[in-house]
Amino acid sequence: MGERILILEAAVPRFRRGVRFRFDQARDQWLIVAPERVSMPNQTAVEVLKLVDGAASVGVIADGLAERFQAPRELILSDVIAMLQDLADKGVLAA
Amino acid sequence: MNALAPRPPAPPLGMLCELTHRCPLQCPYCSNPVALERSHGELSTEEWLHVLSQARAMGVIHLHLSGGEPTVRRDLEVLIHHAASIGLYTNLITAGVLLDRARLERLVQAGLDHVQLSLQAAEPGLADRIAGYPGGHARKLAFAEMVTALDLPLTINAVMHRQNLDQLPAMIDLAVGLGARRLEVASVQYYGWAIANRGALMPGSDQLEALSGTVAAARERLKGVLTIDFVVPDYYARRPKPCMGGWARQFLNVTPTGKVLPCHAAETIPGLVFDTVRERPLAEIWHHSAAFNRFRGTAWMPEPCQSCDLREVDWGGCRCQALAVAGDAALTDPACELSPHHDRLRSLAEADSAAGLSEFNYRRFRKPAAADVV
Repeated sequence: MGERILILEAAVPRFRRGVRFRFDQARDQWLIVAPERVSMPNQTAVEVLKLVDGAASVGVIADGLAERFQAPRELILSDVIAMLQDLADKGVLAA
Repeated sequence: MNALAPRPPAPPLGMLCELTHRCPLQCPYCSNPVALERSHGELSTEEWLHVLSQARAMGVIHLHLSGGEPTVRRDLEVLIHHAASIGLYTNLITAGVLLDRARLERLVQAGLDHVQLSLQAAEPGLADRIAGYPGGHARKLAFAEMVTALDLPLTINAVMHRQNLDQLPAMIDLAVGLGARRLEVASVQYYGWAIANRGALMPGSDQLEALSGTVAAARERLKGVLTIDFVVPDYYARRPKPCMGGWARQFLNVTPTGKVLPCHAAETIPGLVFDTVRERPLAEIWHHSAAFNRFRGTAWMPEPCQSCDLREVDWGGCRCQALAVAGDAALTDPACELSPHHDRLRSLAEADSAAGLSEFNYRRFRKPAAADVV
């Protein structure tokens, strides 16, 4: 308890128990729902979070995005790590 | 409609269902109304299921299952299962004294997302005296262990007042020891039952100074371990809180008999008529009920709210408090130092605090014996 979760390339991120990532029809928007909190991730974050399934590593997620968006993998990887680390620090993700 | 007509309200984020007013505890600051609803009037399982479906269809995200004590309802499993299956986030707000492990496991299996457990103090004797329930504190601790053993996220709700404020550091340690992720340090709100107990509950200003420091230090020390939500008590505040995130902006409350309220204390306001889910669709109530539209937005506001830069920050504060202290629900919340009634709020608090009563007027199925007139 109390240890900061570090998101590295080999880490396998997953949503923490009690956190749900879901599409909301009424708002036409993806939501991160946690106890007493709702946040609305931006489009980039949504594309990353759709790949967070508790099986794919950060590296695999970056591979997929690099191919799909035809962008340099190293750039994608550093962006993905920064974003997932922020969500881990906020208690949304475990790894 | 003219150009200034308010836009239709956004969908509500949260709905609190008071499934029942039955509760084994008798906390003297209970948020339920003084006139409690008896069990024979409660909505049936079918009626609650229909309410949940309507809520999700209109965009409700968080479902708070509360009471009274929600676990006295035998159909809780059915309600949670339905809520989870349609995509509502389910939060059980419980006293934690009635559930055994087998039933908790059934609730988890049904799809329960989160548990919020109340603790009355850190010391068992005091906690049980506040709750009016001998042995309750020990049961709560055992229940908290069951929750975290099932890897379910746990929030501890600590309602604070003069008789337990000095235990806050111990309660923070207790929350951490129990494995809670969140702690709500909730100062008593003075409506209903709590008004009848103000002389026994109101903290002194010296206690509150220590309180803010305790919370700030604990937040720093427990970063990443425990999130602490804390609201400064209104009676000593300089600005009002955005009560319910603004009247009828984000939240609705359904009583055991199906009345739909913008906040749990709204029935204290005379002249408002509340629709029930037995007579009107939930979305229609949210959009069109006179009670919801009465204080929605900013058009209803008097001065100094109307021209205030913070009018869409605090939304004029709390209507029930304006009624209770200033005598009119349509006035500025007296917690605001710009209210002409602000000094009265402060002097009421000081007088109640100095009263130093220790005996409680417990929450029971009757009127309080000494209902205080403010």
